[in-house]
Amino acid sequence: MKPAPFAYARPKGWADALKLLAAGARPGAGTQSLGPLLNLRLAQPDTIADLRHLPDYAGVALAGGVLRIGAGTTHAAIEDGLVPGRVGEIMAAVACRIAYRPVRNRGTIGGSLAHADPAADWVAVLPALGATAIALGPRGERRIPTAGFVTGIFETALTADELLRAVEVPVLPAEARWGHWKFCRKVGEFSKATACVLALPGRAPRAVLAALDAPPLVIEDARALMADPVAEANRLLDGFPGLTAWRRAIAGAALRHAVEQAGAA
Amino acid sequence: MSKIAISLTVNGTPTDLLAEPREQLADLLRGGLMLTGTHVGCEHGVCGACTVEIDGVPARSCITHAGSCDGAVIRTIEGFGDDAVMAALREAFACEHALQCGYCTPGMLVAARDIVLRLPEADETRVREEMAGNLCRCTGYRGIVRAVLRVLAARRQGFQD
Repeated sequence: MKPAPFAYARPKGWADALKLLAAGARPGAGTQSLGPLLNLRLAQPDTIADLRHLPDYAGVALAGGVLRIGAGTTHAAIEDGLVPGRVGEIMAAVACRIAYRPVRNRGTIGGSLAHADPAADWVAVLPALGATAIALGPRGERRIPTAGFVTGIFETALTADELLRAVEVPVLPAEARWGHWKFCRKVGEFSKATACVLALPGRAPRAVLAALDAPPLVIEDARALMADPVAEANRLLDGFPGLTAWRRAIAGAALRHAVEQAGAA
Repeated sequence: MSKIAISLTVNGTPTDLLAEPREQLADLLRGGLMLTGTHVGCEHGVCGACTVEIDGVPARSCITHAGSCDGAVIRTIEGFGDDAVMAALREAFACEHALQCGYCTPGMLVAARDIVLRLPEADETRVREEMAGNLCRCTGYRGIVRAVLRVLAARRQGFQD
């Protein structure tokens, strides 16, 4: 339960961080997911590049109707209202149920997204909000819709020479309706099934079904789900043939609850 | 693997030490500085026994490796001797039988102090949710929840000491 030896590097700037990455370093932020993997020796990097001190790594900026959230922004900062407006309300309610406060004080939104645990929260919520991941590589920034960011279990669309620098979330109108439901046997545990629904006036609602040991399923046009959540949940869950009966039942409940919340607001 | 120089302020005292990068803060505190009040339980961030204050907020010292702490201000359970909120919590934990073996207690107290200061209006449901990140195998939690609620209630009534 002690990590294998590794070297530690604290890059001063982004160019420095990319050089370390090119040399094989593993990026680390709050290490609230990486730390356990190190202790369990499931991860044995030669070097950890600590991104936490990079300029603009944490914080929120609003420009052109988009909130740019630094990848190093902690869950606790989001819980405490760092993100303004309707998006901030939604994200604060999600953040306050990620793990535990001492974990949220160090764990970061970008670290969680790049780690791509299928049961984590932001991998489900950011696609539902229509967010874009901002990757930084040797050729500059690249924009990746979060709907396609997680490509597998612990796998992302980031290439080996890219870091996740920020996420961009479009500003939402006050009347945006939102549903989010996840099942944890104990407060703070990883979810066993998560569903999100975002409904905007004049637009087809978007839904996400996640935490089913697979990348999140993004439903860009969720009108059928809103109209008949039970039947449509059954149809969607046929796409997850490996689920046990109880897991399937919980996933169906997640979709129904999320639809109900988004409909009722 | 070569050691790296780490500067910490621990319980108010600036401290320079050499550590392997892989050493977790909990092990630095216990083995390097003999501050054994910080306990190591699950070593993957779940049980909460290792919870200390890093830069003023509670965090898991078992999954925070040495390098990432360089320059940080740390407060362990040994560093709350003159803290009125912690004094009230210690007394409430004793009154409410909120510990038996005591292994979880340092982490419980650091987490509880944060709740008392951050969520002064917390009710029992909220306290239970917020304390869910600290596991206790002796008490069944009722005494712990009562102790935190007792301090919250006392502070709401204006009894600061």
